[in-house]
Amino acid sequence: MTENGFGAAVRRKEDHRFITGLGQFVDDINRPHQLYAQIIRSPIAHGKINKVDVDAAIAMSGVVAVFTGADMAADGVGGIPCGWGITSKDGSPMVEPGHPPLAAECVRYVGDQVAVVLAETRAIARDAAELVDVDYAELPSVANLESASADGAPLVWDDAKGNICFDWEIGDKSATDAAFAGADQVVTIDIVNNRLIANAIEPRAAIGDYDAGKDEYTLYTTSQNPHVIRMLMGAFVLSIPEHKLRVIAPDVGGGFGSKICHYAEEAIVTWASRKVNRPVKWTADRSESFISDAHGRDHVSHAELAMSKDGDFLGLRVSTRANLGAYLSTFGPAVPTILYATLLAGSYKTPAIHAEVKAMFTHTVPVDSYRGAGRPEASYLLERLVDKAAKQTGIDPIELRRRNFIQPEDFPYQTPVALEYDTGDYDAAVVKAIELADYANFDQRREESAARGKLRGVGISTYIEACGIAPSNVAGALGARAGLYEVGTVRVNPTGSVTVLTGSHSHGQGHETTFAQLVVEALGVDFDNVDIVHGDTGKVPFGMGTYGSRSAAVGGVALMNALEKIRTKAKKIAAHLLEASEDDIEFKDGQLSVAGTDRSVAFGDVAMAAYVPHNYPLETLEPGLEETAFYDPKNFTFPAGCHICEVEVDPDTGVVQVVRFTAGDDFGRIINPMIVDGQVHGGVTQGIGQALYEQCVYDDSGQLLTGSMMDYCLPKADNVPNFAVTTNVTPCTHNVLGVKGCGEAGAIGSPSAVINAVLNALSDYNVDDLQMPATSERVWQAMQGNG
Amino acid sequence: MSINVSFTLNGEAVSAHVASRTLLVEMIRERFGRTGTHVGCDTSQCGACVIHVDGRSVKSCTMLAAQADGTEIVTIEGVAKNGQLHPMQEAFREHHGLQCGFCTPGMIMSALDLVKQNPDPSEKEIREWLEGNLCRCTGYHNIVRAIKAGADSMRVG
Ligand code: FES
Ligand code: FES
Repeated sequence: MTENGFGAAVRRKEDHRFITGLGQFVDDINRPHQLYAQIIRSPIAHGKINKVDVDAAIAMSGVVAVFTGADMAADGVGGIPCGWGITSKDGSPMVEPGHPPLAAECVRYVGDQVAVVLAETRAIARDAAELVDVDYAELPSVANLESASADGAPLVWDDAKGNICFDWEIGDKSATDAAFAGADQVVTIDIVNNRLIANAIEPRAAIGDYDAGKDEYTLYTTSQNPHVIRMLMGAFVLSIPEHKLRVIAPDVGGGFGSKICHYAEEAIVTWASRKVNRPVKWTADRSESFISDAHGRDHVSHAELAMSKDGDFLGLRVSTRANLGAYLSTFGPAVPTILYATLLAGSYKTPAIHAEVKAMFTHTVPVDSYRGAGRPEASYLLERLVDKAAKQTGIDPIELRRRNFIQPEDFPYQTPVALEYDTGDYDAAVVKAIELADYANFDQRREESAARGKLRGVGISTYIEACGIAPSNVAGALGARAGLYEVGTVRVNPTGSVTVLTGSHSHGQGHETTFAQLVVEALGVDFDNVDIVHGDTGKVPFGMGTYGSRSAAVGGVALMNALEKIRTKAKKIAAHLLEASEDDIEFKDGQLSVAGTDRSVAFGDVAMAAYVPHNYPLETLEPGLEETAFYDPKNFTFPAGCHICEVEVDPDTGVVQVVRFTAGDDFGRIINPMIVDGQVHGGVTQGIGQALYEQCVYDDSGQLLTGSMMDYCLPKADNVPNFAVTTNVTPCTHNVLGVKGCGEAGAIGSPSAVINAVLNALSDYNVDDLQMPATSERVWQAMQGNG
Repeated sequence: MSINVSFTLNGEAVSAHVASRTLLVEMIRERFGRTGTHVGCDTSQCGACVIHVDGRSVKSCTMLAAQADGTEIVTIEGVAKNGQLHPMQEAFREHHGLQCGFCTPGMIMSALDLVKQNPDPSEKEIREWLEGNLCRCTGYHNIVRAIKAGADSMRVG
């Protein structure tokens, strides 16, 4: 292994600025003469806007302007677009309502934007916002799936009958029906996948900065994908061509999917900046984040598993209702369909699967990706169902999984739900996890817990996910309205230092380190002589950004391909300098040498020759040393693994504590194991959060009850244990790095392991079922027989 | 109404004229451009804003600028001395105690106060101490390791 190259646990380049307080997050940026924007949001879930009276606000000293939806509409501002179209099973397109950045006629959730105040200070903007008087005619609303589905329920959109956005299916229904008809036994389960709020610790922020001299716009924003924002906002909302719009996503404080979406505030500050010809800055309060950041999950499902008498899985039938909120967010429709139901095969050879998904509108915040996006929902459903099947059949839960695993020799494996898994070894991950978890001695630990008056349980899950989204043509056929390739540029500077421009975006993932490791590996340059530039459409040629654990598997491979082009050109230059044939040049450890001789030239000298081409093959080769590659993946990648959780339940209070957690994952080859472990720790903690603590709650009138960090319970340091993490490697077969992706796995595999463990702990209490989050109250009630 | 506030910021005597309702964190970030102190919530939960006031860790979103008058304030920018990282900063880097880096300044400032009061904290004590600091990225595992290692090298150093 090269020092600081592929596979090394290199300490991170980016850390220095963060540990010294020198990071540059959007709210840390101030533009000369900037104004502060305060958004006026709907306090009700559904209502007609009769009048917006802005007079008192405008009259306030320090207020520069107040704009409403009518002002934006008069300027021809378009609606926030949705990036993914889904077709219902009857062939009709999904219902796709308009989504103006500022609502002009009707509000549809608490938090919907109605007007914006621009003022000289944040405090004045806030005070003035209080003076904007909006007269609403309140209308009846639906706050959850149940009320939205009821007969005669109020409609969020008139053309979405029954509040259904689409009614979609996947898989072979008749084959699945036949499998059930021939089954010896059937297991059923009802699952609620709790609604969550991402809560990246950095609240969203945006600064619009219009340059009248050049007629150019710059938007600074907390985004995971600045080029996507440029495309969506430029083309659909504000009609600004790409060359006049620069989007910068500088340091971003976590995203977890919630910073993928194009949000109204981005368009509002960009548009308003031109209106007043001054920069306009908006930063969300946390309370605002709760009612304006896209929420995640929120599924209600019924599932049935058909089995032979020996426990072979024969068929799976799933029916899901998914809450999309009031409007379609950027990837909203893709989450409960393409990213969910295609994963229902899990790691199992179930031959027949049929799933139907009804996606519904409600008067709530739009729902979109949250770490895992669809895949945690699939994995949770399946792994709860399989554990229930184990209990029902009396087969050991690990044995039952093994019996049904897709085996290493089965790859490539075509599932009945569209995906083709390229590679894997599911049992190997189980073996590693079991060993690391000391599963064999669980009974002893259970007795120790019992001696302390605690009920101990162990739970397992084996998950698979599809990431590295995606082959553009496949995604396009499935409804994506954009390509999903990635872009890497390698700029070798004249002195041999390297600047990489990548379309991937790091908001915690550490690309400035891992991508530099790829450069070190390929070119043999010094780690400190490599800089990774990301998050600026003015610098990076193009990119689709970071989500779906795609950065290494798509962005990293694009970078590798660009590096390969650099290597090829460098060899040509070296062949000229060394008066040798190109085929004889070897490129290793930063030296280009003629094979079998002691003649060589350093990579830095090759770079210099490329920029000072005095002795250079100008007839056949351009000067300079800069290459770009666009990489469109051939398939998804399929990380998989096994999570084992141990919990202790306090029988007097119902409090659950996770006391051990082991993850055995297969992420393919690993660029930096330190960073990969960190991703697993964070993902698992979010999964534990979903399983035990987090729950977004609306009351019946559509008011968000969990609207602050006091009411929405995020996992704290003493809610989680130290994690035991190991990996098993089966390299991805279709990308040059052999990488699969690791960002979401923790959140995908862990919730079912936690709940299976809690149910195991309660095995003496005849508790069959428990919904997330398994709060102390819920657990205690279940123990009293009130589940 | 506005007021005058004078205090020491990272060893330097400073003063400012601010609106009386200004929060300490706003003054530090907006008046003095020390943007390493972050704001992650509005209910005093997240701890991204933790600084030291007269040697104790404090949530600067929960103090008025006016209350800082006459105090000695240290922010994350004042922790490294003469270009030399503090052992606690080193430990966060060495043990991958940060991912996005947004919670990190508050974590480090909070950790420094813990070690001041308890030079050799156990893992459990560290986890309990971090009650007021949220991190959404790391799952705390490496933060706890970093604080332990930071405390160890502070005792040695
Ligand atoms: S900003 Fe969250 S506690 Fe101060
Ligand atoms: S490192 Fe991102 S919130 Fe802690």
